[in-house]
Amino acid sequence: MILNSKIPAVPVEQAWDDARFNMKLVNPANKRKYSVLVVGSGLAGASAAASMGELGYQVKCFCFQGSPRRAHSIAAQGGINAAKNYQNDGDSIYRLFYDTVKGGDFRAREANVYRLAQNSVSIIDQCVAQGVPFAREYGGTLSNRSFGGAQVSRTFYARGQTGQQLLLGAYQALERQVHAGAVEMIPYSEMLDLVVVDGRARGIVTRDLLTGKIESHAADVVVLATGGYGNVYYLSTNAKGSNATAIWRAHKRGALFANPCFTQIHPTCIPVSSEYQSKLTLMSESLRNDGRIWVPKSEGEKRSPDQIPEDERDYYLERRYPSFGNLVPRDVASRNAKTVCDEGRGVGPGGLGVYLDFSESINRLGRHTIEERYGNLFDMYERITGEDPYRVPMRIYPAIHYTMGGLWVDYELMTTIPGLFALGEANFSDHGANRLGASALMQGLSDGYFIAPYTIGNYLASNKLEKVTAEHPEFVKARAEVAGTVEKMLAINGNRTTASFHKELGKIVWDECGMSRSAAGLRSAIGRIRALREEFWRNVKVAGEADDLNPSIEAAGRVADYFELAELMCIDALARNESCGGHFREEYQTPENEALRNDEEYSYVAAWGYGGEGGEPELVKEPLTFERVHPSQRSYK
Amino acid sequence: MNLTLHVWRQRRSTEKGKMVRYEAKDLSPDMSFLEMLDVVNEGLILKGDEPISFEHDCREGICGSCGFMINGVAHGPVQGTAVCQLHMRHYKDGDVLYLEPFRARAFPVLKDLAVDRRSFDRIIAAGGYISVPTGSAPDGNAIPVPKDRSDRSMDAAACIGCGACVAACPNASAALFTGAKITHLGLLPQGQAERQHRAMKMVEQGNQELFGSCTNIGECEAVCPKEIRIEVIAVMNRDYLLGAWKSRESYRDSVPAELPRAGGKT
Repeated sequence: MILNSKIPAVPVEQAWDDARFNMKLVNPANKRKYSVLVVGSGLAGASAAASMGELGYQVKCFCFQGSPRRAHSIAAQGGINAAKNYQNDGDSIYRLFYDTVKGGDFRAREANVYRLAQNSVSIIDQCVAQGVPFAREYGGTLSNRSFGGAQVSRTFYARGQTGQQLLLGAYQALERQVHAGAVEMIPYSEMLDLVVVDGRARGIVTRDLLTGKIESHAADVVVLATGGYGNVYYLSTNAKGSNATAIWRAHKRGALFANPCFTQIHPTCIPVSSEYQSKLTLMSESLRNDGRIWVPKSEGEKRSPDQIPEDERDYYLERRYPSFGNLVPRDVASRNAKTVCDEGRGVGPGGLGVYLDFSESINRLGRHTIEERYGNLFDMYERITGEDPYRVPMRIYPAIHYTMGGLWVDYELMTTIPGLFALGEANFSDHGANRLGASALMQGLSDGYFIAPYTIGNYLASNKLEKVTAEHPEFVKARAEVAGTVEKMLAINGNRTTASFHKELGKIVWDECGMSRSAAGLRSAIGRIRALREEFWRNVKVAGEADDLNPSIEAAGRVADYFELAELMCIDALARNESCGGHFREEYQTPENEALRNDEEYSYVAAWGYGGEGGEPELVKEPLTFERVHPSQRSYK
Repeated sequence: MNLTLHVWRQRRSTEKGKMVRYEAKDLSPDMSFLEMLDVVNEGLILKGDEPISFEHDCREGICGSCGFMINGVAHGPVQGTAVCQLHMRHYKDGDVLYLEPFRARAFPVLKDLAVDRRSFDRIIAAGGYISVPTGSAPDGNAIPVPKDRSDRSMDAAACIGCGACVAACPNASAALFTGAKITHLGLLPQGQAERQHRAMKMVEQGNQELFGSCTNIGECEAVCPKEIRIEVIAVMNRDYLLGAWKSRESYRDSVPAELPRAGGKT
């Protein structure tokens, strides 16, 4: 199989204009004849559904939550990047493009990233017009801050709730279309299979989460905007319900899955406090601007932090990276925290934590300034841990936060199944091996507002689609399979809960395919995942009944998919014999223990085809070429 | 730490429910309230019983999914905190807790502690937006917004739509929720064109959903996890009254009462 990325053969600066001009258009009067299913209602899904409803397509939008406003985009804190150059500090579309390609460690497509930077400008305009209350200066203009190592101030924000405000903007646009009758919103509904007819995506099978009813919906196009797969690790900063089922079932129906091992670990999360922990909470990266990270110099230190004198503390990031210090990129900060904890110098319960100490900043700037900058974060920390970070250093530890990998899509955001599109975190397209801070929101909205509405029109106008209904044999078959799986899980009636399997799986993936990976560890992980999966299908206990609101069934179905996805993540990590971005292979590092890329052999997107039950997945490579930004070794020393 | 729970169990909205007693044992003070329920549920599943249904998702206090009454108080005893961010250190060994769903006619019980809050979505759909089609926006800095207005708009926009305000209100009024959206959009210059129309449409939808009227009791403000101020209700009333006055018969003759809206019916 040869992947056609459909990138126009013109310089990147002209690619999107060229592509848009060459797209076929659907006559305004004909748009209402086409139906589109949008699965997911986060930034990408809500913005796509609203925009296509507005254009006149018949749109149905699905979410598993009770309301589209509860999608996990709502939890993004920091901000959204845009190349507005409002600060007159030398920013430009080209600079945002450059920073994103480099930040992704040269594993993203130049043309996609350039288009993302171009669209960033329109996103801010759109959101302001919708009433998103971005932070402002006294003169009434929009305020910006710098973020995650960028040398310009290009991040727009709404306090620490940027994701919430952007999502509410998209949600309101969506509800406006619902009111107008252009979009049918179907909440409490989980997609459990994709239906492919004559090689094209023609519908989905869903389970009504309130009644357990297995339903199906036929359409001309299916759009997956279902987010990432961070919950494979059990503990992550994702919402409890975030899951990979929609993209995984699409993968099993033929969509290639790209770069599954590219996962992002965020360095500043609140550490695990007990075995009951159900999820991890992020503390904004901005804390690293004023906090100093340290651990005791000696192993097994038992004294409280205020009893440890200055000369017995190791400010390891400042020591190892004198020029960037505590502000090194996410992957570097995370790996170093793991290293010191592995050495036995970690702090807090279980020794999995490092101090983030504000005492020096409080002395220098005064408590009031720190309160103004981080008050809400300090309050949140205290609420969760019961410790006052103004007096005691915070404890932080890295956690899974975002997944760069996802369904392979071409330049038009279409997967390898014609008629199936993937937007936002669900696709692999723009962040390479590492995503920069404040870029996830940008990508979700770029895909949903400004790319998919055009490219989907192009697909519809270029193809003659036969009429298909939900009574087609493929739909009947898919419904029966889904119902069969639910029955099968209920019938096992074993001795272990789904959560206990999920925790064990998460620990394997976190240990062997998390912050650092090795060939031996990955091989062992694959074996253990297979064994655990086998036990799951023999010994899981799912409570309740099929025709009812039953969270136990929902959880079991998602975990069943995580086993398969986790295995593919390990296979991908094992096949990529280099270190890049969030993928750090212990065998491939510089003498200073930094990630060592291998551009000669691994400058490609690894897209995996489903190998069938028990079969081997097939690797298809999409080579990456760089015309503008030339690959170089990142250095933060 | 050990607790005694009395939990409302109800299979579906059409069936009767009742309080059921559970013993929650060996709890850690660092657990969140929902993690405590996870532990109880794991025990129930292993015994072959149905776990207690409760809505939850982000567990960071921002998605608005979670929420139930703990000893009669929406989201429990800690102010400005959704139940997912409430930790067990606020309780002591031997405490007895009564957990009930948010109760309102407009929030039918789905199962146990989970309620259907789609009526909130319909209030937003009735007018809780600024009508701006994708692609038709002017430059972000074209219209300056004074910082204090923008900040006050953001204060109101922080609403997470959890429904605690409705559950706490003796009238089951959605005034705090509706007022928060009307205030958020009405304070911004972008929101002026549809301002009164928006208030009228949203308030009318709330009435149709069978939410009660506001009688200024203030329980809503006390339980709001985002500490939305009750002033938003005054803003809602003002915009509604202005809209109602302008759309009266004699005024309607000179000005079209319905603003044109893209995408079809009004």
